[in-house]
Amino acid sequence: MKFRACLAVLVLATGCGAAQSSGDGTTTLTYALWDDVQQGAYQQCADAFSKANPGISIKISQNAWDQYWQNLTTQMVSGGAPDVITMQASYYPQFVKNGQLLDIEPMVKADKVDLGQYRPGLAELWVKDGERYGLPKDWDTIAVVYNTGLAKRAGVDLSDLTWNPADGGTFEKAIARLTVDANGKRGDEPGFDKTKVAVYGIMPELNDGSQGQNGWGDLAVSNGFDYIDKNPFGTKYFYDSPKLAETATWFRRLIEKGYAPPYDKTSSLGIDAVLTSGKAALGITGSWMIQTYLGSTEQKFAFAPLPKGPEGRKSAFNGLADVIYAGTEHKDAAWKWVKFLGSAACQDIVADNAVVFPAVSSSGERALKAHQAKGRDVDAFVQAAEDTFLLPVSDHGDEINQIVSTAMEEIWLGRKDATTALTAANQQVNALFTGN
Amino acid sequence: MVNRGDGRLAVAFLAPVLIGFAVFYVYPSLRGAWYSLTDWNLLSEPRFVGLGNYAKLVGDPLFWNSLKVTFGYVAITIAVQLVAGLGLAALLHRLTRSLVIRSLLLVPWLVPSVTTALLWMWLLDANLGFLNHLLVGLGLDNQGFLTSPDLALTSVAVINSWGGVGYTALLLYAGMLLVPPTVYEAAALDGSGEVRTFFRITLPLMRPILAFVLVVTLIGSFQLFDTVAVTTKGGPVNATRVVYYYIYEQAFTHFKMGYASALALSLVLILGVLTFVQMRLLRASTSDLA
Repeated sequence: MKFRACLAVLVLATGCGAAQSSGDGTTTLTYALWDDVQQGAYQQCADAFSKANPGISIKISQNAWDQYWQNLTTQMVSGGAPDVITMQASYYPQFVKNGQLLDIEPMVKADKVDLGQYRPGLAELWVKDGERYGLPKDWDTIAVVYNTGLAKRAGVDLSDLTWNPADGGTFEKAIARLTVDANGKRGDEPGFDKTKVAVYGIMPELNDGSQGQNGWGDLAVSNGFDYIDKNPFGTKYFYDSPKLAETATWFRRLIEKGYAPPYDKTSSLGIDAVLTSGKAALGITGSWMIQTYLGSTEQKFAFAPLPKGPEGRKSAFNGLADVIYAGTEHKDAAWKWVKFLGSAACQDIVADNAVVFPAVSSSGERALKAHQAKGRDVDAFVQAAEDTFLLPVSDHGDEINQIVSTAMEEIWLGRKDATTALTAANQQVNALFTGN
Repeated sequence: MVNRGDGRLAVAFLAPVLIGFAVFYVYPSLRGAWYSLTDWNLLSEPRFVGLGNYAKLVGDPLFWNSLKVTFGYVAITIAVQLVAGLGLAALLHRLTRSLVIRSLLLVPWLVPSVTTALLWMWLLDANLGFLNHLLVGLGLDNQGFLTSPDLALTSVAVINSWGGVGYTALLLYAGMLLVPPTVYEAAALDGSGEVRTFFRITLPLMRPILAFVLVVTLIGSFQLFDTVAVTTKGGPVNATRVVYYYIYEQAFTHFKMGYASALALSLVLILGVLTFVQMRLLRASTSDLA
């Protein structure tokens, strides 16, 4: 192990970005994040931090999401991972399992960090077996995004929709109304030709892993679906629940009715590309996409709350945190930086940049004001935070992702009915926990 | 007379290659073979599990599916590349020997395959792609070239054939140049037409180069990874989860290094056998020209 680590460090010497102490006694910490849109905000945090702590400087290392986790793992193998890492809830269990993250509970206790300053639920996500691995940095929720021009022409009001898996409620009515075929007939009019659709009422994000954060997951939970027996770190999933199967069947029905593009003829360029092209009227999206949609020059978009399901309105609620690499040589400095990142001081800076909603409650409100100051109406996402559910966090996340998304694809393609596909997938998923 | 000094000199000259071979090929291969007997997720210490990974592999439906998909892909790619490549080479050989055209033929091959994949992903996109725009304009239905389980693998094969056919054509063209012009003159005197000459003279006489091209294309297309990683990520429903991509997923998405090593070694075995059989069947080391 040691030999390999040395060799890898030798090869990666310039690239691995381990912390070094330079000759003049200052410590350089490396901080890893993936979102280039947020890099500016965190650079401002880093500058403020270095000013207050002259002995420590921060080097930000940004890697796109697609490479982020692979880079991180290989860096850990070589022993040169960044000192402080931006972490996502579904990825952290595997790092904890391998002892790569530092337990910060003793420091949190010693420094009396006020965990009540965060939005409820966010801090607890990062606790496993009494050990704490991160301090929350931001949160996101889900809402409906729609093309305002197309909605106006259809004459639909999207501000307070209802939904159920049987007839789809007013949500499905609106989607039908928004669908237009090549002859200009709308989806709810007689003579609508579902084989020649010009504008689809909805562009659902169907290929959405094991959680369906951008659509099927939210509606399924509003239909009474529970992912897992205990969150975080449950060991039994309920993908065979009829509540989920009903929801998946409803999405499949939208395709059959011609309101959504057939799954095998769906753009692989992402729903934002299709919505921006004006070929679909509505979608379901996360708050991290606010800038993308409201900054679009081709179309005008606005946000509306998710439809109210049988169990009410339910938005997925996800949070990121900053964690410390267990192999860091500068534990104290890294903790100081994490503590600063998790404080209102840094999160206010992030809030003023109006990109994401910071985890500290007061900073979250400040971000809302910053959005409003830029003329963006993002109330739907803030409202969504009133009634949320946490996405499931457990071991084997990456394998579950593959099993469930393949089963879902079979449903979207109409190759299997929802109950059959999901029951089989659920058996495979739960076998991961019993089989070793 | 054999001089002992020559031996030493030879070793000195061979040393750079031998050291490179040992460090970059032999050592990693041995490590790979060892890891294939372990359970290792990169971060923990490797744990010896004997032949456990191989036993798992035999019962893994996704592995067999990936082999099936790979063979399908290889068959389509070789067919397309060989037929199109031979056609192009024959045109180059008999119609024009322009250096400009020969160079132009290589342009798609010079484009990095990730760029090629991205380019075609845009062109073939189901809702926004240019090709579907044309289809719909002609009154036809749009097609999910990369998103339909029935079309995705063929699309990937055609994309890669587009990128590789120029190179194949050039190799085959070089093979055609090896055929002595006297043979063609004799054929022409005997009244043999273009088509007949091609099948009776050109093709049989370039058998060694055909064998070479076949082996290179076969091994090259077994190693398909980048186009899949860019365009389909193995989907839809495993339709393009070729064996290299599957190994990559096991290694760097699921971090099952031991299992991935076992998969890789099995692939080495399969490729070795295939190459051997091909070389024997095509008698690649002898030429009919001699």
